[in-house]
Amino acid sequence: MDKIVNQKAWFLVLPVFAVVAFSAILPLMTVVNYSMQDTFGNNQFFWNGVGWFKELLDPSTDLGGRFLASLGRNLLFSAIILAIEVPLGIVVALSMPREGWTVAVCLVILALPLLIPWNVVGTIWQIFGRPDIGLLGYTLNSLGFDYNYVSNEFDAWATVIVMDVWHWTSLVALLCYAGLKSIPDAYYQAAQIDGASRWAVFKAIQLPKMNRVLLIAVLLRFMDSFMIYTEPFVVTGGGPGNSTTFVSIELVKIALGQFDLGKAAALSLVYNLIILIVCWVFYTVMTNVGTERPEKKGAA
Amino acid sequence: MHSIPGRRLIISLFLIFLLLPIYWLVNMSFKTNAEIVTTMTLWPHQPTLENYKRIFTDESWYSGYINSLTYVLINTVISIAVALPAAYGFSRYRFLGDKHLFFWLLSNRMAPAAVFALPFFNLYSAINLFDTPWAVALAHCIFNVPLAVWILEGFVSGVPREIDETAFLDGYSFPRFFVKILVPLIASGIGVAAFFCFMFSWVELLLARTLTSVNAKPISAIMTRTVSAAGMDWGLLAAAGVLTIIPGALVIWFVRNYIARGFALGRV
Repeated sequence: MDKIVNQKAWFLVLPVFAVVAFSAILPLMTVVNYSMQDTFGNNQFFWNGVGWFKELLDPSTDLGGRFLASLGRNLLFSAIILAIEVPLGIVVALSMPREGWTVAVCLVILALPLLIPWNVVGTIWQIFGRPDIGLLGYTLNSLGFDYNYVSNEFDAWATVIVMDVWHWTSLVALLCYAGLKSIPDAYYQAAQIDGASRWAVFKAIQLPKMNRVLLIAVLLRFMDSFMIYTEPFVVTGGGPGNSTTFVSIELVKIALGQFDLGKAAALSLVYNLIILIVCWVFYTVMTNVGTERPEKKGAA
Repeated sequence: MHSIPGRRLIISLFLIFLLLPIYWLVNMSFKTNAEIVTTMTLWPHQPTLENYKRIFTDESWYSGYINSLTYVLINTVISIAVALPAAYGFSRYRFLGDKHLFFWLLSNRMAPAAVFALPFFNLYSAINLFDTPWAVALAHCIFNVPLAVWILEGFVSGVPREIDETAFLDGYSFPRFFVKILVPLIASGIGVAAFFCFMFSWVELLLARTLTSVNAKPISAIMTRTVSAAGMDWGLLAAAGVLTIIPGALVIWFVRNYIARGFALGRV
């Protein structure tokens, strides 16, 4: 659909601009301001220039070491959960029943974990995984595994990852399901006449039709896992040691725990910048995918 | 829709995997603490409603649910109200900076809450909104408004432009066209967008906790209170958790037919 050029449309988007600018630009300016200063309490601030940023990117300092370590952990975490959730989500979407009342039941159960407050998700897995009172922890331990997410680093990671898979695979599955639903039956009939194999149907019909929603799924999952805070915080508290301290947890520790405003602000800006860059890459790719097949938009 | 071999087994196993931890929480919420700590039982042997009773009779508990629902509803109303005209604008017109504005909105949906916790604390304290539902509702707009715009834009684009033109030819003014014709046409889209605003505001904790102290404390923050000198009150914690799942489960039921498309942000 060709859009009309009309500058008056700005009036339509003005309310949104005002609300989001109030919530985004004002606070971000505060952050920029803090990031250049140092404070010794008492609301006395001193100009520190780019000092915090230098420290932040230098792994030999305390701040830099903590930031880079948590960044590394966070990237590893995001990579692992994407590697699990995307294929699993596709498989689940392909396994969805075709019609009947079971579709509604499956959809509702799939969406259920997405609507649980994040700290309750943490609580659920905290309880579920405890060796003394949790079904999972108890079962694993009676089977002879020495499973304890509080003291063992590997177990803590496994718990946080399984929790995230539990929490968010449904999102990928629902997105893929929406993509699959938009494929007309004629495509499958044509494939059948050609005698296409199951794998060929997937590769030539289903995957291309899903790539747009998959892109959204990967974007959302990457972003949300990159800023994950509540769930691992409730379950492991960032421990044992610092082994599950992700960037957001580190940031909140510095900002609200130690009230180290300058350091926290510098970390915030770098963190935000990373997110902005990744977001831009995805957005560009996504709009390009959109313009290649403009007939998809608005259909269905 | 073509499916893969063994699909019944796969989907059943996955649904069981999703439901098992939730079942465990529900199971625990009906147990006494003595039963939880001393024995391992797959279902409550001495079922009790004591945990729920405590939540419904103690104001410091149930006020948390009211606080949470208050800011979630305020946020949903604000988000939809400002997002509707914007979605129409983005969908129908090109204007200076539209793509950049759209990207900027999207990037705010992705901004980590942890970055904004401290500045929001300062901002809302400065304008005397700290510890009110309004502070949390406005703070949650930062990710919900862009999301609502994004979803609604997809739905508005699904309405053919001929409908607008016909309405204007029939002498409808813009506001009247908007309320009488466009809004009913995209009612399901508004429902989906409202669902997502509800969802993301309901599940968020970090900002809600940072921006409240006593009067507007959300239920998720109150739940941390179950840790006491006498150890954890697991039964009570579980009951509170179960009660936070219920509003979500209810809204899902209403939008179940639109869920899949909604999660694709109206873009399938």
